[in-house]
Amino acid sequence: MYQAMTSLGHAADSTYVGPIELPGDPKGASILILGAGLAGMVAALELRKAGYKVKVLEYQKRAGGRNWTLRGGDSYVELGGARQDCAFDEGLYINPGPWRIPFHHRALLDYCKRLGVRLEPFIQLNFNSYLHASTAFGGKPQRFRHVLADYHGRVTELLAKAVNADRLDDEVSAQDKEVLLASLRAWGTLDRDYSYRPGYFSSEVRGYEKAPGGGVDGAPLPSTPLAFEDVLSSRLWRHLSLPLQHDFQHTMFQPVGGMDMIGKAFFREVGDVIEFGAKVTAIRQNENGVTVTYVSDGAEGVRQASADWCLCTIPLSILSQIELDVGAPMRAAIDAVPYAASLKIGLQFKRRFWEEDEAIYGGISYTDLPIAQISYPSTDYHKPGKGVLLGAYSFGLPATEFTSMTPAERVALAVENGAQLHPQYREEFENGIAVAWHRVPWTLGCFGLWNTATRAAHYQNLCAIDGRIVLAGEHASYVNAWQEGAILSSLDAITRLHKRVVTGK
Amino acid sequence: MTRGSKISRALDVRALRRCLLVFTTPIALAAWVGATVGTAQSANFLSTMTRYPESSGEALYDAICQGCHMADAKGSTGAGSYPALAADSKLEAAGYALLVVVQGQKAMPSFGYALSDEQIAAVVNYVRTHFDNDYKDEVTVADVEAARR
Repeated sequence: MYQAMTSLGHAADSTYVGPIELPGDPKGASILILGAGLAGMVAALELRKAGYKVKVLEYQKRAGGRNWTLRGGDSYVELGGARQDCAFDEGLYINPGPWRIPFHHRALLDYCKRLGVRLEPFIQLNFNSYLHASTAFGGKPQRFRHVLADYHGRVTELLAKAVNADRLDDEVSAQDKEVLLASLRAWGTLDRDYSYRPGYFSSEVRGYEKAPGGGVDGAPLPSTPLAFEDVLSSRLWRHLSLPLQHDFQHTMFQPVGGMDMIGKAFFREVGDVIEFGAKVTAIRQNENGVTVTYVSDGAEGVRQASADWCLCTIPLSILSQIELDVGAPMRAAIDAVPYAASLKIGLQFKRRFWEEDEAIYGGISYTDLPIAQISYPSTDYHKPGKGVLLGAYSFGLPATEFTSMTPAERVALAVENGAQLHPQYREEFENGIAVAWHRVPWTLGCFGLWNTATRAAHYQNLCAIDGRIVLAGEHASYVNAWQEGAILSSLDAITRLHKRVVTGK
Repeated sequence: MTRGSKISRALDVRALRRCLLVFTTPIALAAWVGATVGTAQSANFLSTMTRYPESSGEALYDAICQGCHMADAKGSTGAGSYPALAADSKLEAAGYALLVVVQGQKAMPSFGYALSDEQIAAVVNYVRTHFDNDYKDEVTVADVEAARR
């Protein structure tokens, strides 16, 4: 199969080889799945189909896990007790967790297809969005296309100078030299003399000072590039390569109506086997099976569930605190993975000013302010009425600092930051909702942070089947923080587990 | 701490970032906005980004620790818990507190990369003498240096 995929040019993009096949009879074996996120629900769907008796325990009152969408009317209570009531208008939302799907996340896309989840484009790269450095260009945000054109233009100009001065003769043959110069001219939009300057060539990429128009006054005026030293010292160039990276290359997708359409689609398939409001406190195993103790937030109090096998998708941030009968290697692996800080803030405005005033349709602006990113909705362009944008998406230190604020403080800071890119914020802002992932009661963090050393020491031990228990989730993958990682991990875990069940090995 | 002062503290963070400019390298940024690869958590990423600007123990606690351990240091519980640091007998061993801050522990990330020795000493001393903790033996910068090894 892998060979066939490779010959079609598919396999290099993904390790997914199509719908899972679980041949052989599990002879009525039962499995307890912990967690109703994507990893857990993929396993429930596929194992039930393969003949297992399946039960899922979920801490929350909803399925989907980090596959999550907040809409008007939703309320969210974070650790520490702060409650936020989302006041977005009908049809407006943010995805606090995953929000975009690369074209090569084939497992997730395949489930979207099989479960009838409608997709639409997610705009990652918008040449008209802003790049902003608070100390550069007087704090004025620059259009992505200006920084792109001017960086490429000046760098290719420098390179062409070096080639023309015979400085690269050791590296480039005389024959290749001409081709290289032609390519530099084309790529950098250089003039015939290989200079990057205000003119029609450069304006074809960076846009015109006065755009080409119609009729008597239709003649355009070329635009003037930014000073190269300013482009360099602003460091705005660091944002140029992101949309070229494989994880962010177009085409990217989002489900129509919110990311949780995926979780809801899985829930339609396996909702009947999920018990909600179950807080797992202990996972015990012996040679005969697995017993899980949990506190039900119903009237029942402490309960137990038993099965022949257990697939545990509980985030390691929580699993590391649960009594668990596994060997020292898996225990050490569970304890070895810290969880990342991350923050998202959705902001509602009275109108879609980014479209009306600035012709920004989807995409992301980047800034060195704590909010790090502003992302504009990829859908419903020109829709009259209010609009919601993603007013912050940060990691690391600023996300940690945001986490330490109250939700109202986070929203206020996001508005203050964002107004430096869009002064309209001050007039148009209405309300916001902030999710800091370390405060999320059912994950205590955003995603598992591996490094080279912890991978080498612990990753295999985390993934190995321990007696009757196997783990799955984005943390048990190399596609961390992505839904694809959760699904690929789950498919791998149940494939190995099923083999053990039917062959005894 | 009032809301206003917390916001102005946050704005100070921004001011600091203005001075430093460098958020991260493109590769490390990609690692953070999407899949975390290899060394995403290593100094490779964050040491080029910035350091926390606060210097007093109290300010450091408010900016960093309270995100999980809460303003009253009593922790919080959902599907799992953040332990209380208030009235915490484990803090009697100063070296233990230092190690947790420098290296992290289980799901708690390390903070050694983003804090100076002085900052780590300040925040550890603050927690060990507040929130119903009363451990008078102060940790020193030399202790932090030792904990980093």
